Amino acid sequence: CQLFGYVGIEAVLDQMKIKTMKTGFEFNIMVVGQSGLGKSTMVNTLFKSKVSRKASQPGQEERIPKTVQLQSVTHVIEEKGVKMKLTVTDTPGFGDQINNENCWDPIIKYINEQYERYLREEILITRKRKIPDTRVHGCVYFVPPTGHWLRPLDLEFMRRLSKIVNVVPVIAKADTLTLEERAEFKQRIQEDLKTHAISVYPQEDFDQDPDDRALNDRIREKIPFAVVGADQEHQVNGKRVLGRKTKWGIIEVENPAHCEFPLLRDLLIRSHLQDLKDITHNVHYESYRVRRLNES
Amino acid sequence: QQPAQFTNPETPGYVGFANLPNQVHRKSVKKGFEFTLMVVGESGLGKSTLINSLFLTDLYPERIIPGAAEKIERTVQIEASTVEIEERGVKLRLTVVDTPGYGDAINCRDCFKTIISYIDEQFERYLHDESGLNRRHIIDNRVHCCFYFISPFGHGLKPLDVEFMKAIHNKVNIVPVIAKADTLSLKERERLKKRILDEIEEHGIKIYHLPDAESDEDEDFKEQTRLLKASIPFCVVGSNQLIEAKGKKVRGRLYPWGVVEVENPEHNDFLKLRTMLITHMQDLQEVTQDLHYENFRSERLKQGGRKIEDEEVNKDQILLEKEAEVR
Repeated sequence: CQLFGYVGIEAVLDQMKIKTMKTGFEFNIMVVGQSGLGKSTMVNTLFKSKVSRKASQPGQEERIPKTVQLQSVTHVIEEKGVKMKLTVTDTPGFGDQINNENCWDPIIKYINEQYERYLREEILITRKRKIPDTRVHGCVYFVPPTGHWLRPLDLEFMRRLSKIVNVVPVIAKADTLTLEERAEFKQRIQEDLKTHAISVYPQEDFDQDPDDRALNDRIREKIPFAVVGADQEHQVNGKRVLGRKTKWGIIEVENPAHCEFPLLRDLLIRSHLQDLKDITHNVHYESYRVRRLNES
Repeated sequence: QQPAQFTNPETPGYVGFANLPNQVHRKSVKKGFEFTLMVVGESGLGKSTLINSLFLTDLYPERIIPGAAEKIERTVQIEASTVEIEERGVKLRLTVVDTPGYGDAINCRDCFKTIISYIDEQFERYLHDESGLNRRHIIDNRVHCCFYFISPFGHGLKPLDVEFMKAIHNKVNIVPVIAKADTLSLKERERLKKRILDEIEEHGIKIYHLPDAESDEDEDFKEQTRLLKASIPFCVVGSNQLIEAKGKKVRGRLYPWGVVEVENPEHNDFLKLRTMLITHMQDLQEVTQDLHYENFRSERLKQGGRKIEDEEVNKDQILLEKEAEVR
């Protein structure tokens, strides 16, 4: 229906923005992978602050725990007036034992527990205005840079987890692969994922419109991102850059010619953060809810 | 080196057996050396690339890397490839024993049984040949050295590394190696090396110790030995690709941020590892013979003695076997 004049509907967008800024938002991310793949460093690099579990216990020597443990650390970080309550859940001990059978069970249990917690709040008669959201919005899975194929453990984990949470696989410590090796490795991983029908984020089934599809297709071509993490700055061409210094050069973490960290950051934070939350809420959480309600 | 010749018999007191080392040297050159190197480590740690780089050859020309689906079915395999390398008239018959499948399964409980059986079998075979009547052509397939690859991505030894090394340290010389070292900065390498050495000591793992240089060696050799000992475990990068760097062609890996040179001691310990292997090949064989094999032999004979008491041994059978051997 035609409008005769300016009504002011678009002002709603501004109001929503202001509201979001005031309330802030929650984002829960989980990192999974064997010890030493750079998970904690990556998280610190992503959020440009010391938010990993190691940051809260500095100087402790890294010891492999005998079972998989889950440790969550919450920080409130702020940028240009927008507050984010970020929770990072780490999984030390995953994949490090001699026998790693079922090492994914504690992780699945944790994820389902968060869904349960939300469900309980949601079905109360008197509900909180804002239900605290501890559900895992994204699970970043670190694949070791062997350059060969996905390992049995990688496949088992991703197959199970991608059914209940958004899984974002990344190639860790990618500075050990040349560009050629990287491309070959990625191709093999993509083949592997397709062969085993593992649907990682962004999932094809949830593309909403052709624009979405086009954007996500471009991302899907590049998954898994080959990343390098760094929390130290170095001088390169007169600028301070985050990177790793070696005898044969400096690996600049935010240089797309060196590694795909910027793509990961853009995906998780700049472009798809809300989408990750939406899919968690509308798809994964709903599946859980339906299962639970059918059980009872 | 003085060519071997009879010196003037009029030189007082000179008998002439100082010439013996030259004779031994000549015989060795004629006979050639046999060396068996076992390579153990998870998939994707750079083992094959390193072996090819060390011996400047392609030991695995038709290699197909198996995907995860195939890996799930398999158990650890033993694959031995033998090459004859010759350099300046010296022949080396090198056998590389690969162990694909090690450390790849979700449950690695049983992954070293196959490897230990293989090592024991070679000892058993040598023991059998050595005790036989015809000992002229004993082939030595015993494993003289095991390169154990530790992941450069971890923080030190993994539980599997500890268990495996403890299971074989009394059977074979273990040389721990960290490949794909270009993933670590020099500081990270030092930290990792120290951590690994601490953990090796903590768990009582016996790795191969380079013998100290004799007091009569020259200073250069002594210094080289000191440097080698101080660098264990070696952090290496392997490659047989030639890259253009600083105007010349070097073996290395080309990254967008620079070139890692395999033979540059500032980039990695490859040259040290190669030097160690070549200068200590003889010692590795000796320790295998004098320590590991003798351990095996005495254990075996103690068991074997008991066995003969328990069972009725068919003496005629043994005599027939011996006769066949003599023929």
